[in-house]
Amino acid sequence: MTDSILSVRNLRVVFPHRHGALVPIDDISFDVKKGEIIGFVGESGAGKSMTGAAIIGLIDPPGYIDQGEIWLDNERIDQLDVSAANRIRGRRISMVFQDPLTSLNPLRTIGDQLVETILTHLPVNADEAKRKAMAGLEEVDIDPDRFNAYPHEFSGGMRQRVVIALALSAEPELIIADEPTTALDVSVQAQVLDLLKKLCREHGTSVILITHDMGVIAETTDRVAVLYAGRLAEIGDTHQLLRHPQHPYTRGLIASTPAVEYGDISTELFQISGTMPRLDALPSGCAFHPRCEQALNYCASRRPDLQPDGVACWLYADG
Amino acid sequence: MLLIILRRLGQSVFVLFLVAFISFMMFRYVGNPVDNLLGQEATVEQREALIEALGLNDPLHTQYLGFVTRALQFDFGNSYRGAQPVADMILERLPATLELAMVSALFAMFLGVIAGVYTAIFRNRFLANVIMSSSLIGVSLPTFLIGVLLIWLFAVELGWLPSFGRGETVQIGFWSTSLLTVSGLKSLVLPAITLGLYQMTLIMRLVRAEMLEVLRQDFIRFARARGLPERVVYFSHALKNTLIPVITVAGLQLGSIVAFAIITETVFQWPGVGLMFINAVFFVDIPVMSAYLLLVGTLFVAINLIVDLLYLAIDPRIRDGQLRRQST
Amino acid sequence: MSTEKTLINRFRESDFLYDFKRSPVTVVSFVIVMILIMLAVFADLVAPTNPFDAASLNLMNGFTPPMEPNAFTGETFVLGTDDQGRDLFSAIIFGLRVSLFVGLTAVILAMVLGVSLGLIAGYRGGWVDSLIMRAADIQVTFPSILIAMLIFGIARGLLPPHLRDEVAITVLIIAIGLSEWVPFARTVRGTTMVEKEKEYVQAARLIGLGSGQIMVRHILPNVLSPVLVIATITLALAIIAEATLSFLGVGAPPTEPSLGTLIRIGQDFLFSGEWWILLFPAFTLLALALSVNLLGDWLRDTLNPRLK
Repeated sequence: MTDSILSVRNLRVVFPHRHGALVPIDDISFDVKKGEIIGFVGESGAGKSMTGAAIIGLIDPPGYIDQGEIWLDNERIDQLDVSAANRIRGRRISMVFQDPLTSLNPLRTIGDQLVETILTHLPVNADEAKRKAMAGLEEVDIDPDRFNAYPHEFSGGMRQRVVIALALSAEPELIIADEPTTALDVSVQAQVLDLLKKLCREHGTSVILITHDMGVIAETTDRVAVLYAGRLAEIGDTHQLLRHPQHPYTRGLIASTPAVEYGDISTELFQISGTMPRLDALPSGCAFHPRCEQALNYCASRRPDLQPDGVACWLYADG
Repeated sequence: MLLIILRRLGQSVFVLFLVAFISFMMFRYVGNPVDNLLGQEATVEQREALIEALGLNDPLHTQYLGFVTRALQFDFGNSYRGAQPVADMILERLPATLELAMVSALFAMFLGVIAGVYTAIFRNRFLANVIMSSSLIGVSLPTFLIGVLLIWLFAVELGWLPSFGRGETVQIGFWSTSLLTVSGLKSLVLPAITLGLYQMTLIMRLVRAEMLEVLRQDFIRFARARGLPERVVYFSHALKNTLIPVITVAGLQLGSIVAFAIITETVFQWPGVGLMFINAVFFVDIPVMSAYLLLVGTLFVAINLIVDLLYLAIDPRIRDGQLRRQST
Repeated sequence: MSTEKTLINRFRESDFLYDFKRSPVTVVSFVIVMILIMLAVFADLVAPTNPFDAASLNLMNGFTPPMEPNAFTGETFVLGTDDQGRDLFSAIIFGLRVSLFVGLTAVILAMVLGVSLGLIAGYRGGWVDSLIMRAADIQVTFPSILIAMLIFGIARGLLPPHLRDEVAITVLIIAIGLSEWVPFARTVRGTTMVEKEKEYVQAARLIGLGSGQIMVRHILPNVLSPVLVIATITLALAIIAEATLSFLGVGAPPTEPSLGTLIRIGQDFLFSGEWWILLFPAFTLLALALSVNLLGDWLRDTLNPRLK
C-alpha cells in the first residue's frame, strides 16, 4: 500500500437518467504504484475515460461518484470541496486530453498558459515562473523561443507536447493521459509516447495511460488494466498479460490486434463476436458472458469478483 | 493583411453604390418631382421646360452621378410636403435620435453583458431563471408594444414620467440636447428603455449562450484539470473567448438601434429622424424617404465594415488563417 | 465518456412528446395559440357583430366601457367599444385573423422563395450560387424591418392613392416575405451542397433524372427539419413585423385592421380614460407573440441535438 501513489476502492459512478440510472463504472478497485506507468485499455464506452475523470474530480454533471474511495498517497480525495480539489488538480494529479488543439486556449500564447499554471500552484514569482516555463518547453523538445506563440502555430504532435509540458509544469505525482496519441499521426505517436515515458522516469511521476490501442499498451506501460462495460476484467503486469492473457475478453482483444511485425498480412483478423453492451442494457452476472465462448452456467447469474491474481472470471475462481 | 482590408473595403463600396442606386431609382421614378413642383394644372410646355431644367431627360448614369454628387455634398433635394431642404430637416432632428440611440445602447450593453455573464455562471440560481424568463418576454414582444405598455403604466396610471416628446432642450451650437434638463432626462427614460430593451435581451442571451458554449470546450476542461481556480477560469479564459463574438454582434445590434428608433420615436412622438421617416412613408414624401434610406444604408454598411475589421484584429487565428489562404 | 452522452442524447430525442408534456409552459403556450387560431379562423361565427359593416354601427355606442350597459342605447359589450361604436371583442377577433393571415402567408412566401433559391444555389454552384449568396449578404446587412418598410414605401409610392388601402394587405405580405428569405436560403444551400455529393444523388443523376426532380424529390426531404426550425422563428418575426408596421401606419389600414392597427388607434385614447380600446388588443397581441415564441423556442430546443 505504501508504495502506491493512488488507491481506488470500490469506485462506482452513476448517471441519473429519467429512465433509470446508468452506471458507467461499477465497483472497480486498483492501485497505482509510485513511478509506474499503468495502462487502462478497453473498447469505447468501457469506462476508461470516466475513471480518469472520476479520479481527478471532473465528472460532467449529472454524473457523480455514488460509492467508493479514492486515496492519493494516504489522503482521501474523492470528497473534497472545490478549493481543496483545485489544489490537487494540476499540482498533484494532472490530466492530458485526447485532442491537443482543443485543449489549449486559442486566444492566449502557450507561454502565458504555462506561466499561469505554474503561478497557480508553485510559490514562485513571475520571473521564476517564466524560467520554469521555458525549461518545461525545453524538456519536451520545443524551442523556448516559441514562448509567445499561439497554439494554432504548432503542428499536432508539438501541440500535444505543449500540453504535456503544461501537465508537468506544477510537478505532479500522477498524470492521467486520456488517449493522448489517438488524434495524432502514427509516426508522431511514438515520439509523444517516448517523451511521456522519459519524462515520467526522470521525474518519478506515475502515469495512468488510457487508450484503446493494445500496441500503445505493449510499448509504453508497466502494468495494464482491462475494462469492460464499466468493470475490471483483468489487471496485471503488461508483459505477463500480453503473453498469457487469462480473461477471455483480454484474449480476444489481443488476438484482434494486428501484429505487423510478424509480416504475415494474410492472416485473417480475429474478431470477438457481438459488441459491448449499452449501459442501459447490461447483461446480468458477468457483463461479457453473451460474447464469451467459454461461458459457464453461472456466468449469467453471478458477477465474478476480482481475484488476487488480477482476473475477474469464473474460469479462474476457486470453488 | 492589407489585401484583405482592401478587398473588404471594396465590397463595402460596392454595396454603397447599390444603396445609392436604389435610393436614386426611388427618388427618380417612384416620386413625381415634376408634379410635386408644378402641381396638377401645369401645362405641357411648363412640364417640358422643368424636365429639361432638372436634367430628367439625361441618360441614366448621368442622372445617377448627379444624384450621388449632390448627396455627397449633403444636398438631398426638397421635401414634397414642406418644400424645406431635406438636409436641413435631417440636421435639425438628428441630435434627438442620436442622443436617444446612445443612451439606449449604453443601457443595453452594460446590463446585457452583466446579466449574460451572471446567468451563464450561476445557471441554476433563482435570479438567473427569473432573468432568463423575462428576457424571453423582451425578445418575443414587439418594441412598440413594450413602449405602449410602459406609457400606460408609468405615464397614465402612475403619472411618474411623461408620455411623449423630448421635454426641454438646451441648444449647444447646432446641437440640441435634452440631457441637461430635468424634464429632458425624465422624457428620455421610457424611450431609452423601450429602445434598449430588445437589444439588451439579445446581448444578454448572446453573452450567455456564447459563454456556456465556451465553458463546454476542452480547453476550459483542461484549465480546470490544471487546478486553475474558478474565478480565473471564468474571467481569464472564458470571458475573452466569449466577448469576441459578442463584440461583433453587439456592434451590429447597436447599428440597428437606428432602425428601431423609428418605432420608438413613433410611440413617444420623439422628434427624431425616425419619426420624420415614417411620416414620409405615410405621406409618400419621396425625397425624405430616399435621403433617409441613403444615410441609414451607409450607416449599416459602415458598421458591418468596422465590425469585420475589428474581428480581424482581435482573433489571431483568423488573422493568420486568412493570411495563409492568401499566399497559397 | 462521450459515448455515454450520445446514449443519453438518443434517449432524449425520442421523447418528443414526453418533453412536451413535461413542460407546462409549452403546453399552455400551445393551448393559447390553438385558441387564438380557432378564434381567428371561425371569426365570422364567433364574433357577435361585424365591426366593419358600417350600417350596423351606432355612433351612440361609442366609448362604452367593458361590461357596462351603454348610457344611450343600453347595449352591453364584453370588451367595450371604440370611438366609432365598434364592438371591441369583434374587432379584436377580426384583427387577430388579419395578423395571423399576414404572418403565416408571409412566412410561406419567404420559405418558398428562400428554399428555392437555396436549392438552386447549392445545387448549381458557380455564378448562380455567387449571385444569390451575394444578394443574401447584402440584404442581411440591413434589418429586415427596414427592408419591409422600404418595399412597402415604394409600393405605396407607385400606387395611385385610391388603391393604397385596398392592396395594403397584399403589399404587406410581399414586403415581409421578401425581407425574410435569407435564413431559409442559406441553410438549404448548405445542406444541398452536402447532399449533392452523396451517392443517392449521383445515382439519381445516372438514371437520368433532371436537376429539378433531383432537387425537389431527393434533396428537399432531407432539408425539411432545419427549415421547420427557421420557419418557427420567422413566423414569430413576421407576426411582430406585421404588428409593428401596422402600428406605425404603414401596414394594415383602419378599414381592415390588424391587432397592430387597433393598438395604434387605441393609443390616442389612453389619456382620455378609455383604456380598454388600447389594452385589450395589446394584451391579445402579447399573448399571441409570447405563445408563438415560447412554442418556437421549445420546438427548437427539442429538434436541436447539439444543445443536449
